[in-house]
Amino acid sequence: MKYPDDLRYTKDHEWARNENGIVTVGITDFAQDQLGDIVYIELPNVGDPVQKGHAFGVVESVKAVSDLYSPISGEVVKINQTLKDSPEMLNQDPYDAGWMIHVKMNENETLNDLMDASMYQKFCEES
Amino acid sequence: MQDYRRKLIFEKSSEGRSAFNLYQKEEPVSIPKTFLRKEPMGLPQVSELEVIRHYVALAHSNFSIEKGLYPLGSCTMKYNPKINDQMACLPGFANLHPYAPTSLTQGALKIFHELERWLCELSGMHAVTLIPAAGAQGEYTGLRLIRAYHKDHGLNKNTVLIPDSAHGTNPASAALCGYEIKKIPSNKDGILDPKDVEKLLTDDTAAIMITNPNTLGLFEENIGEIAKLLHAKDAFLYCDGANFNALMGHTLVSKMGVDVIQFNLHKTFSTPHGGGGPGAGPVGVVQKLEPYLPTPRVQKEKDEFIWKEFPKSIGHIKAFYGNFGVLVRAYTYMCALGKEGILKASQMAVLNANIIKTKLKSAYHLPYDHKPCMHEVVFTDKKQSQTGVKTLDIAKRLMDYGFHPPTVYFPLIVQGAMMIEPTETEPPEEIDRFCDAMLAIAKEAETDPQKVKTAPHTTPVARVDEVKAARQLILKYQTKISS
Repeated sequence: MKYPDDLRYTKDHEWARNENGIVTVGITDFAQDQLGDIVYIELPNVGDPVQKGHAFGVVESVKAVSDLYSPISGEVVKINQTLKDSPEMLNQDPYDAGWMIHVKMNENETLNDLMDASMYQKFCEES
Repeated sequence: MQDYRRKLIFEKSSEGRSAFNLYQKEEPVSIPKTFLRKEPMGLPQVSELEVIRHYVALAHSNFSIEKGLYPLGSCTMKYNPKINDQMACLPGFANLHPYAPTSLTQGALKIFHELERWLCELSGMHAVTLIPAAGAQGEYTGLRLIRAYHKDHGLNKNTVLIPDSAHGTNPASAALCGYEIKKIPSNKDGILDPKDVEKLLTDDTAAIMITNPNTLGLFEENIGEIAKLLHAKDAFLYCDGANFNALMGHTLVSKMGVDVIQFNLHKTFSTPHGGGGPGAGPVGVVQKLEPYLPTPRVQKEKDEFIWKEFPKSIGHIKAFYGNFGVLVRAYTYMCALGKEGILKASQMAVLNANIIKTKLKSAYHLPYDHKPCMHEVVFTDKKQSQTGVKTLDIAKRLMDYGFHPPTVYFPLIVQGAMMIEPTETEPPEEIDRFCDAMLAIAKEAETDPQKVKTAPHTTPVARVDEVKAARQLILKYQTKISS
C-alpha cells in the first residue's frame, strides 16, 4: 500500500495535492484496494463549485457505489476525461494517471487540517 | 446437456418449426389495417418440447430457498408456506376487481382491516396503511407523512439523520423526499450513541431513520434515549422495519419511542421476495401522524367496511389499495402462526443466528462480539485475507457446497463483511451443514487458497467477469433472427 509523502489525506480516503492554489484530487491506494475493480465514475463539470466534506462525484465498483467527498472548497477547473472510458486507471494508478479533478481553491482555504501521509497510514491500519 | 447455457431460445429457432398453429380466418379480425404488423415478429420458432426443455433447464440451474439455505443478511429469506399462495389464489380473492362495489368486497376489506389491526398490535403503532408496494416505498411514504406534519404545523425542517450502518434505501428515500442527509457514525460497539445524535441534532432535523436491530445484527439499545432527544425538537423517530423479524412478538417499537415504521411483509411475514416483487411495505404511525396517511383507507362503520378519503391525507401513492395478493399471503401467515407462533418464529430466528455466530467465530473474524446478536451476524474475511482469500471468494465457494452466499460487503462500515441471516425456518441440521461448509472453506483458505479463489467449480456458470459485465452491459438479444 502506498502513501505518498507529498499528499494530504481525508478520512473518506481522498488525497489532495496543492500546487499554487490549484488542488488535484483523487482517491487513495487504500480506497481503490477496498473498492475492488472500479467500473464507473461520475465527475462534476468544469465550473461547478465543490464544498469541503460534500460529495462531488460517485465511484462505482463491483462491490459498491460510493460518494466522493471533496477535501477542499472551490471551483472545478479541470477534470480527468480519460477516467470516463478507463475507470480502471483508478485501480492501476490512483495517485498519478487516476487523478480526478483540479479544484481552484477558495481564498482562505488550506489543506492543513487534512492528515499527512504517516497519520493517514496509521488511520488505515487501524480501521 | 449444458445447451441452455450456450444458447438462448432465439438461437434454438429453426425456420417453420412451431408448437401450435393459430386458426386464421381469411379476413383476420377487425383490427384496422394501419395497426396490423407488416413483418413477422421475429419470435423464436421452436417446438413445444424444446420450449419446455429450455425453461426446465433454466429452472434447474436456478437457486431458491426450496433448494437450500439462502442466508442473505437483512433480507430475511425465510420459507414462504404454500398455504399462503393457496389462499391468495382463491377465486374470491384472485378475481376481485378493484372497482367492484364494497357490497361485494366485504371479505377483502375485512382482511385489510384486520391486517392493519394486527400490525398495530405487533408494533404498538396507532394506525397502519397497507398501500405501499415495497419497503422503500414504505420509507418514502413514512417520510412524506413527516413532511406533511411539519408543514401543517408551520415547521420548516430539511434534514434527516441516518446512521452509517443504514440500508442504502434510507438515504435514497430521504433524498427523494427532498431532505438533506446527515450521516451519524456508529460507536465502537456498532450502535448509535445518543451523544453523537445530539451533536447533529438541530431545529432543522425532521427525523432520524434507525434500523433496529441494525444491519450489524445488533439491538440499538439507546433508541429510547435518542427518541427523547428527537421529540424535544419536534423531530420524528423513523424505524426501518426491515429487521422486524428479530422483534415481532417480543416487544413493541412504540415503547422505544418510534413514530413511524415500515413493515416489509416480503421479509417478515413470508410473502414472495426477490425478483422484483410485487412486495408490500405497510407503514405504521403514531396518532399525531394518522391524519396524513395515504388514502383510500378502509374504515368500519356500523357493521360495514367502506373506503374513505381524509382531508389532510398525503393522497394516493399507488393505484388502488396496494398489492392485495401479497397482503392475503401475510394475513394467512399470521393466521397460521398466531400470536405465540409469531413470537416463537422471532425467537428461533435469533437463536439460529447465535448458533452460527458461536460455531463460526473461531474460524472467522467477528468485528462485534460484546453481546449476543439478534437475527443476523456479521463476520469478515480478516483471517482468510492473510492467504489472499477474500469475502467474495468465500461467497463463491459456498455455492459449491450448495448454499446461497450471504450478503457481502455490507454494511459498508465493516471491511469485507459477510452478513448471515439464517431465519427461523431452517432446521438445526441445515444450520449445522452450513456451519460445516463455512468451517471447511476456512480450512481451504489455509491449505488450498487457490481452490477458493477460483470458485465456484460445480455451478452451471463458473465465476463471471463482473468487471466486464458492468463495463460492457449487453441487456438484450442482439443478433437479428432469420425470419
